Amino acid sequence: MTVSTKTDQILSADGMPLKKSLGRALRHQKRRALMLVAPLLIFIFVAFIMPIVSMLFRSVENDIVVNTLPQTVMALQSWNAETEELPDEDVYAAFAADIKLAAETKTHTKVGLRLNYEQAGIASLFKKTARKVKKWDIESDGPFKEKFIGVHKNWGKIEIWRTLKVHSSRYTSGYFLNAIDMRKTAGGPKAQPEDKQILLLLFQRTIIMSLVITGSCILLGYPVAWLLANVPLRKANLLLILVLLPFWTSLLVRTSAWKVMLQQQGVINDLLVQLGMVSDGARLVMINNQTGTIVAMTHILLPFMILPMYSVMQTIPPTYLRAAKSLGATDWTAFWRVYFPQSVPGIGAGSILVFILAIGYYITPEIVGGTKGVFISNRIAYSILKSLNWGLGAALATILLVAVLILYWAYDKMVGIDNVKLGG
Amino acid sequence: MTDNTAQDAFVEFEKVQKSYDGETLVVKDLNLRIAKGEFLTMLGPSGSGKTTCLMMLAGFETATHGSIRLDGTSINNIPPHKRGIGMVFQNYALFPHMTVAENLAFPLEVRKLGKSIREGKVNRALEMVEMQTFGGRRPAQLSGGQQQRIALARALVFEPELVLMDEPLGALDKQLREKMQFEITGLAHRLGITVVYVTHDQTEALTMSDRVAVFDDGRIQQLATPDQLYEQPENSFVAQFIGENNTMEGIVKEVDGDLAKVELDGGDVIACKPINVSQPGERTRVSIRPERVEFDKKRLKSGAHTLKAEVLEFIYMGDIFRTRLRVAGNDEFIVKTRNAPDQVRLEPGAQVEIGWLPSDCRALDA
Repeated sequence: MTVSTKTDQILSADGMPLKKSLGRALRHQKRRALMLVAPLLIFIFVAFIMPIVSMLFRSVENDIVVNTLPQTVMALQSWNAETEELPDEDVYAAFAADIKLAAETKTHTKVGLRLNYEQAGIASLFKKTARKVKKWDIESDGPFKEKFIGVHKNWGKIEIWRTLKVHSSRYTSGYFLNAIDMRKTAGGPKAQPEDKQILLLLFQRTIIMSLVITGSCILLGYPVAWLLANVPLRKANLLLILVLLPFWTSLLVRTSAWKVMLQQQGVINDLLVQLGMVSDGARLVMINNQTGTIVAMTHILLPFMILPMYSVMQTIPPTYLRAAKSLGATDWTAFWRVYFPQSVPGIGAGSILVFILAIGYYITPEIVGGTKGVFISNRIAYSILKSLNWGLGAALATILLVAVLILYWAYDKMVGIDNVKLGG
Repeated sequence: MTDNTAQDAFVEFEKVQKSYDGETLVVKDLNLRIAKGEFLTMLGPSGSGKTTCLMMLAGFETATHGSIRLDGTSINNIPPHKRGIGMVFQNYALFPHMTVAENLAFPLEVRKLGKSIREGKVNRALEMVEMQTFGGRRPAQLSGGQQQRIALARALVFEPELVLMDEPLGALDKQLREKMQFEITGLAHRLGITVVYVTHDQTEALTMSDRVAVFDDGRIQQLATPDQLYEQPENSFVAQFIGENNTMEGIVKEVDGDLAKVELDGGDVIACKPINVSQPGERTRVSIRPERVEFDKKRLKSGAHTLKAEVLEFIYMGDIFRTRLRVAGNDEFIVKTRNAPDQVRLEPGAQVEIGWLPSDCRALDA
């Protein structure tokens, strides 16, 4: 190997730069390693990343209006939505041509449904109109303005045309505005009417309840993890099985069991009544509200808190506590100043795990949450499955994802992700 | 075995017993008095009960029976943090999340000393172990030897009168260990503190201690100064455990004051010093140190008893020669000679006669 002092570049024996020949030597290894992981990478890409990206994309995608009603959208461009005048005949003619074509290919219902999210009643209006327009002759039957108003008086209302124009762009911020209890109007974003404002409240509730659940997991899990790390190995293994036991039971069964425990005629209430602590008429309401969700989810997520704590505590030698005591610290001081700081990485890892799992939890709040204890994920499921407003569902999911990433980033800044240990 | 030479005992174990499982005693009837300012080492193989004794003194284990007194008061029921005993642990147990200075300040903080007093004491402790510039570092950034010094400084910073050390040099390499042995004893004598030191390394015990308590099977086998321990072992365990030792088995023929005649299993009769044999007919194990054996006739005192021996192996070790012989049927008889200009190097196969002083040859229990 020769060292060329002029360029400060180390050369290998054949005069090639050392970095280049190292790269060449390693390339073969790297290629083989890549081929080994390729099946998994491809699987993750096709089955995980692509569906998520496409789903997230739906939160801004809005090409259905412009694709189905291209001439109308074009014609509407010259109409000022801020005025109090209806669009002129051009627009109605273009709309007649579009809707006839759409009715033949049966795509008019989709546009109707899409616009129905923004203004109730449009779906049925489109269906009714399309039935009539199908029979019209676009070339000769004009003018259409009067005919449309004749079909339904709503075609003479400015609101309908405003909605159509506002939501005619190919990409829209409308779903995101909806997700934070606002709506897109011709005059810019406006707050939703108060009776429709629920999503911000749900976000807030999801975060606060997830924090409460994480907190109670820390309080309940810490002593268990400490016990696991400090009893003899054989007992620790038995305890560990008890901690893991819930994992081997169906989530649905565990949640339903909580229903049996917590309901007004349930085990806990019966017991309290029998002990005379609660009168029969005033049984506690512990289910179908936030209490139910917090209790059941704390129980379900507890192992995710205990296990990271346990694996960190295992690595803390008991001599530290002894050393602290020999230096004059009381049991509490020794724990608080010496043991606890070293177990913080475990708490951090457990908290991230539990919080992120809790924030997106669906089944448990759905079963025991009632109306007051549901999470944002239940709303996402509602949008996707019931109201079929996928755009809104996607927007909510995107906000949730970004919120988690921001929290993760903030945690990294404050605690440092290097300090999080799942073991070792 | 109780040693009553320490008149006003600073630390006293009296009839102390310890059992973990209620079936076996790990420590059997321990009686030990340690004087103020003394450096006492508990030496023994693992499982001999020495660490348990240390832990009982520190307060991390409770004695099953008996009492432990510190400066005249019983400390059986005093929790460890109120005993005011400094301790150095085997793996140092420096708190990894604190800097060196914070580690040293910890015992002062829990004693609620003021900030300026704390800083002064921490600086003095760092100076004492010559690590003034390391206060801001974390333990993980220090070498093994440096961590050892900090652990020592931390055990001393709150000025305890008694310091316990549990194999503190076990993790260091040989050279560093020898340096630290010297530093620890120097520091202990300079500060006038009492040290109870636990080790399984006999060299460490001999070089550092004022007195050594040799532990085996939950008992103190011998409590003596290092030279007494080496030269006058009181039983065959101590003779075997401390230093190298040649043994030959036989039967006591007669005992006459300071002299006993022993008939070895090979048939030879030799003169020995009786230590714990008293009756003719007892089986005994005769012990002689390899460096007290002489094969050069000129160096042997007149009247010394000699035995025939065959040289089996000669090992050159630099400062000494190690010669393995067959003596009275024992193939593992070792003779050590100094590498002097006129020293004879024995060839394997040679027949020689070896001898020693009867006072160097001790007849111990079988």
